[in-house]
Amino acid sequence: MSDVLAVAEHRRGELRDVSYELVTVGSEVADATGGDLHLAVISGDVDAHAEALNLEGVDAIHTVDHGEEFNHDVYAQVVEQVYDAVDPQVLLTPNSVNGLDYGPAVANALDLTYVSDAVGVEFDGSTLTATREMYSGKVETTTEVEAESVAVSIRSAEWPATETAGDASIEAFDATVDEDAVKSTVKGFEEVGGGDVDITEADVLVSVGRGIEEEENLDLVRDLADALDATLSSSRPIVDNGWLPKNRQVGQSGKVVTPDFYIAIGISGAVQHVAGMKGAENIVAINTDPNAPIYDIADYGIVDDLFEVVPALIEEFEG
Amino acid sequence: MKVLVTVKEVAAVEDEFEIDGTAIDEAYLEYDLNEWDDYAIEEGVQISESEDDVEVVSVTIGPERSEETIRMALAKGADRAVRVWDDSLEDAEMLDVEAKTNLLAAVVEEEEPDLVLSGVQADDDGFGATGVSLADEVGFEWAAVVNDLELDVEGGVASVRRELEGGVEELTDVDLPAVLTIQTGINEPRYASLRGIRQAQRKEIKPMTLDDLGLSADVAESDLEIVDMYEPETESDATLFEGSPDETAGQLAEVLRDGGVGQ
Repeated sequence: MSDVLAVAEHRRGELRDVSYELVTVGSEVADATGGDLHLAVISGDVDAHAEALNLEGVDAIHTVDHGEEFNHDVYAQVVEQVYDAVDPQVLLTPNSVNGLDYGPAVANALDLTYVSDAVGVEFDGSTLTATREMYSGKVETTTEVEAESVAVSIRSAEWPATETAGDASIEAFDATVDEDAVKSTVKGFEEVGGGDVDITEADVLVSVGRGIEEEENLDLVRDLADALDATLSSSRPIVDNGWLPKNRQVGQSGKVVTPDFYIAIGISGAVQHVAGMKGAENIVAINTDPNAPIYDIADYGIVDDLFEVVPALIEEFEG
Repeated sequence: MKVLVTVKEVAAVEDEFEIDGTAIDEAYLEYDLNEWDDYAIEEGVQISESEDDVEVVSVTIGPERSEETIRMALAKGADRAVRVWDDSLEDAEMLDVEAKTNLLAAVVEEEEPDLVLSGVQADDDGFGATGVSLADEVGFEWAAVVNDLELDVEGGVASVRRELEGGVEELTDVDLPAVLTIQTGINEPRYASLRGIRQAQRKEIKPMTLDDLGLSADVAESDLEIVDMYEPETESDATLFEGSPDETAGQLAEVLRDGGVGQ
C-alpha cells in the first residue's frame, strides 16, 4: 500500500490544466513512496482524456465511462470504488471548485485525513508533509500528516504540467453507480460576464480593489482610467459588493487578462486574483501594505496611500 | 422548515505581525465573523423572509469569546443559536476538517434541519472542506461554491448555481435535505439594525458540550500537526518609486508615457 491515486479533471470536453499538474505531483510522491501512480478518468470522452494523460510517471489509468460532465454524486461513488481497488497511500484531487465538491465527501467516507489547498507536498518515506497558506496567504505552514492514508487537494498552477508522453496501462474500470444515490442533476452551464466591455481586449487596465473602501470613491479610479484612456476592471470584493458588474472581474472566477499595463490600485494580490492577471506585460501596484503579495509580481510599485497618489497621477496626465 | 447556518469566528492578521512558534502572536490578531459566513447568514434570513414558517438556527464552534460573533448572526435575523464548546477542545492545537465534521454532525442530528448553509471556506485556515464533509457524514445532498439559490420547498429541491473557474456557472438541482457552501457575492449582507442588536440580546444561545452532543474528547484528536509557520519569501523585484505622492506619481507617469499609455 504505497501507491498514489490522482483524479483528473475535465469540463465541457476539455481536460483542465490541473490534471497535467496532478501527474507531476503524483509522480513525485510515487517516487518517494516507491509505489505506482494511478490516474482515475471519470465521465466525458474518457478514452481521449486517458490518451492525453498517458504521460511520463503514470503507471496505470482507470477510465469510467459514465455521463458527459462532472456530477459530484457519481464522482464520490466512483472515486471510492477505484480507491478501494487500488488501495493507495495518497489520494490526490484538484483543489478546484469541482474538486472541493467531492474530495471532502470522499475523504470523510473513506476515513482519510484531508489536507486541502496544498502548494507543496513532500514525502520522506514515512510521513507526508504539506505546505499550506493561512490567513489569506500572509503565512505559510508546514503541516505533518501522521496518518496511514491521506487525501490531499492541490492548488492549481503551483506545479509544472507534465507533457512528456508515457506508457501507462489504460483499462476501463468496472464501477457500479447506484443511480438512486445520485440526488443532484447538472442541468447546464452559463457563461457570465458578457455585456458592454470586454476587459480581456484592453491594452491598459486600471484595476481597483478593496482598498478603495467606499463605492463613492470609485469615481477616483474612473477618472484615472479616463485620463489614461484605459479600461476599468476590479478584484472580486468590488463585484461582490455590487459596485461593478461581473464582466469587470479579474481573477480565477472572473476573466484572465493580459494587457500591456495592469495598474492595480488597492489590490492586495490574493492568489485567486493573481491567477487572472499575472500574464500582463507590465504590472503596477499602488498599495499601502509593503508586504502585500501584489508586490511579488509587480514590476513597478508605489507603497503609499492611493487617495494621495491617484489624484497626483491624474494631474500628471490632465494637468 | 429549518435552516441551520454554520458560522465561524476567524482571526485576521494585521499588516505587521510576529510569529510565535507555530502560531501568530495573539497581539496581532483581530477576531471577526468569517466573511463567507456573513453571506450564508443573509441567505438564511432571506429564506425566512420569503417562505412561511422558517426557523433559522445559527451554530458555531468556539469559546465564550465567539458569542460576540454569533450575536451578530442573531442581530441580522437568525432566530436562535447553538454554541459548541468544551474544556477538552480548549487544548486542541487545531480542529481539523474531521473534528469539525463530527461536532457539526452531532448538532445536525439534534436539530434535524432541512437545509444547512455554510461558508465556502474560513478566512483563517482556509480548508474549504467542512460543509461537503459534513454532508457526507449526515447523509445529506450538497453543493459547493453556490452563488445563486432558489428553493422549491414543496418539491424538496434546491436549484443552485455553482461558481466554477473562468466565469462559468454550473446550474444544478440538488435534493433536500442538503448542505450548501455559500460563496461571497450571492447576496448583499445586511448591517444589523439597532433594533436587531437589541433583540439579539434576548435570543437564546444554547451552549453545548461534548457530553451534551454524545461525543467523547477524542473527537478533537487530529492527525495533522503544524510543525512550522513562516512568512512566505517575498520575491519582489519591483521598482519601487519613493518620495512624496507628487514625486512618485511623476515617476510612474514617465514609465507609463514611455510605454505609450495616455498618449
